[in-house]
Amino acid sequence: MAWETVIGLEIHAQLATRSKIFSGSSTAYGAAPNTQASLIDLGYPGVLPVLNREAVRMAVMFGLATGCTIAQVSVFARKNYFYPDLPKGYQISQYELPIVHGGSVQIDLPDGSRKTVRITRAHLEEDAGKSLHDAVDGMSGIDLNRAGTPLLEIVSEPDLRSPEEAAAYMRRIHQLVRYLGISDGNMQEGSFRCDANVSVRPRGETKLGTRAELKNLNSFRFIERAIRHEVDRQIELIEDGGRVVQETRLYDADADATRPMRSKEEANDYRYFPDPDLLPVHVDAALIDDARAALPELPDARRARFMESWGLSDYDAGVLTSARELADYFERVAGADGVAPKAAANWVMGELTAALNRDGLAIAASRVDAAALAGLLRRIEDGTISGKIAKDVFEGMWAGEGDADAIIEARGLRQISDTGALEAEIDAVLEANPSQVADYRSGKTKLIGFFVGQVMKRTGGKANPGEVNRILKSRLDRQG
Amino acid sequence: MSGAGAWHECTLAELARGVRDGAYTSVALTEYLLARVDALDPVLNSFVTVDAERALAAARAADARRGTAAAGPLNGVPIAHKDIFCTDGLRTTCGSRMLADFVPPYDAAAVERLAAAGCVTLGKTNMDEFAMGSSNETSWFGPVKNPWDTSRVPGGSSGGSAAAVAARLVPAATGTDTGGSIRQPAALTGTTGLKPTYGRVSRWGMIAFASSLDQAGTLTRTAEDAALMLAAMAGLDPRDSTSVDAPVPDYVAALAYADVRGLRLGVPGAFFDQHLDAGIGRLAREAIAVLESGGAKIVEVELPNLHLAIPVYYVVAPAEASSNLSRFDGVRFGHRAAGAKDLLDLYERSRSEGFGDEVKRRIMTGTYVLSAGYFDAYYLKAQQVRALIARDFERAFEQADLIVGPTAPTPAFALGAKTDDPVTMYLNDIYTVGAPLAGLPAISVPCGLHEDLPAGLQLIGPHFSEDRLLAAAHWFQQRTDWHRQAPALAAEAG
Repeated sequence: MAWETVIGLEIHAQLATRSKIFSGSSTAYGAAPNTQASLIDLGYPGVLPVLNREAVRMAVMFGLATGCTIAQVSVFARKNYFYPDLPKGYQISQYELPIVHGGSVQIDLPDGSRKTVRITRAHLEEDAGKSLHDAVDGMSGIDLNRAGTPLLEIVSEPDLRSPEEAAAYMRRIHQLVRYLGISDGNMQEGSFRCDANVSVRPRGETKLGTRAELKNLNSFRFIERAIRHEVDRQIELIEDGGRVVQETRLYDADADATRPMRSKEEANDYRYFPDPDLLPVHVDAALIDDARAALPELPDARRARFMESWGLSDYDAGVLTSARELADYFERVAGADGVAPKAAANWVMGELTAALNRDGLAIAASRVDAAALAGLLRRIEDGTISGKIAKDVFEGMWAGEGDADAIIEARGLRQISDTGALEAEIDAVLEANPSQVADYRSGKTKLIGFFVGQVMKRTGGKANPGEVNRILKSRLDRQG
Repeated sequence: MSGAGAWHECTLAELARGVRDGAYTSVALTEYLLARVDALDPVLNSFVTVDAERALAAARAADARRGTAAAGPLNGVPIAHKDIFCTDGLRTTCGSRMLADFVPPYDAAAVERLAAAGCVTLGKTNMDEFAMGSSNETSWFGPVKNPWDTSRVPGGSSGGSAAAVAARLVPAATGTDTGGSIRQPAALTGTTGLKPTYGRVSRWGMIAFASSLDQAGTLTRTAEDAALMLAAMAGLDPRDSTSVDAPVPDYVAALAYADVRGLRLGVPGAFFDQHLDAGIGRLAREAIAVLESGGAKIVEVELPNLHLAIPVYYVVAPAEASSNLSRFDGVRFGHRAAGAKDLLDLYERSRSEGFGDEVKRRIMTGTYVLSAGYFDAYYLKAQQVRALIARDFERAFEQADLIVGPTAPTPAFALGAKTDDPVTMYLNDIYTVGAPLAGLPAISVPCGLHEDLPAGLQLIGPHFSEDRLLAAAHWFQQRTDWHRQAPALAAEAG
């Protein structure tokens, strides 16, 4: 039987506010346990939450960028359950009235086509703390630094049909929240995580199959693998005459398998009700205008513009706009005086990306900034150095030896374009290789490469290759 | 204690004047009242914690401030706080074993503001556990006795504050009112109890019972003292999202022009129903006649849904409480059961041991009404009826400036009389639950004695009409002396 996979994702993006969603504590990652937990985060008796307006503005930005309807009134509710890392015994979230709903994004499919994935809703909520099971001997520790960190939970419709599509959608949302500057998207630190609702059904069937919820998919690689495993498990189960039960399953990356986390019998009744400590959130036109004004150029628009104004291919434009910092970097290089946009694209996607990957650096931490790279490309464009020499200069820049001009000067790499000097070098080469000259003149014109190579060797690669070619040709042809 | 007059008979206003004028020091006054607490409270049990050392230190500081710009309007006057308000470094129990050893690291907003006004905190008053009760019998620290008859209850949940003020241990105390927890004990102890508009006084640092209903207020002997207290407590607090940014009128100044001439008083039939004790009803009608004799006009108003207020209240309040009390899990603070086998066992045993029966009853009720399958029928329906009750009041206030009636249906009842019958106990709040459900301010003033037990007259006003309420109450107190009547016990400490 042919099976169809149906997937919907719930993505939790940590919002990049400086303080928590309901308290003034810092949201910075990596502090010593419980040093960024105020009385509010600890759920002390008598404390009250106060909404961080910046989180609202960020959620509205996301809504605008995905064509969602922005709710004029949304409501925070309490989701009640007991857990040691949940200090109040309830999580403040949005339930019936989320801040934005009903939008969509487009994803690129492997066959080059595009697909619309609908976004059901995105709502604001607070994160819980963390239980640390190995920090304290014989006991579990609790770190509440993360408790109260603002999250935007982005819920998709079950529009995704393969693990690849799910990963493409996750990447797309990741790209978007980073473009919007509303989340750092750092998956190692848990700032961007995903749960997947996965079901299968016979192809052609319109009713959804019973779904399993896969928790804790915190990398693009894991999400594909986890879903693939889950799909295989469900198909096998059904084909063997079994039934899929609705349950939560945890993906174990080490075992590369999913296993049940809790079954329905233990399922919580969360007893949602509107949080009486918080007023309904009113989003007025001024706040929407404010958020709209803060919207950057979005990835799709930027990609189209890169093709149009920089003359890039769809592929190059796609790569260079994949992350906002990369696109910004490229535009700073390409827009510099005396730099060819195509060269800028090639260098950013080639040498720069390779160096960043090699050293495991983000573009923001690049050892060669955009102005410096532009300085290098300018010297290729104006003939001071060749593209080949430029790669050595780039390595020097990466190693911290200075800017392009300084390295060119210090290493004496300036290209020799002076006709007199080049003629002298060329004459010396021709003189030293009479038989090759004769061969050339008898028709083996491919030997021009040999002569160019010899000149380069004599000049330490600094000879202007175009000039060398021109002079060589005129010398060899004239005396023929 | 030379020069010590009958200070306990003085009002808050008089004591503030005495300290300000240098007639006596705050230290002397504080020592005097501490001695009264020592003498009388073993019988009354109105305090959970008395902190003489801190009180005297605060009194010394107040004396040092005297005459300087730093001296607030209530400089040096001792008061008490209901033990639901967090006090920095001072045990705050909420009347519960769960918090029997809880020492908060911060002050509640009301505590902060009264301290800024110069008040000296004498101690923390007893209360029904987590403010759940109408008799002060649910406290882990034992019941509070009514100073008028120590075999009777003082009402609740702010019973400790009411009893302490009635027995003249302190001139004023804070309280909280969720369904009547200030006004009902005020009525039962012959004191003046003010519940402000929801949002008028910050809830920051007030341990939550039912967040959409809880409001901090005062227990005093006079409306004038309530005005002084409210003036110090009221105002916007950015730490409480439900605190309201409305101008704070000069409550004390408003009293100077107190007059009831032309005041339209709505007297709803619902406040004179079959639950009302005949004697209490007669005293309420006599009090209304006093207001009428001053030129107030009695108008007919109806509150057609008020009979649903008790059931609505006992859905909404427990629902919120069941969630608010989830944080007491034995993990971070409060009672933790010893020897728990695992996490679930820790939760279950800590909460079983830490909470009393009434609290458990409400947690279970609240959990039930919020559960899947019951939410719509109970919680949602209750909220809809709550909106109807609020609309009833709104309409009534188109006809009337204030609504008036008895505060509680009966005088103080005997200790233990209703402890086995929660529903009868709940019915004692029948006239008081309406105002908090609609977020309205209300005041209870003493309006007579029935068989030697005090009765209270309740005035309810539109949102933010505390100045009008206080003025009417003050006018009434200028013409009656019920608020000056003290229980015999108050004279015993001499």
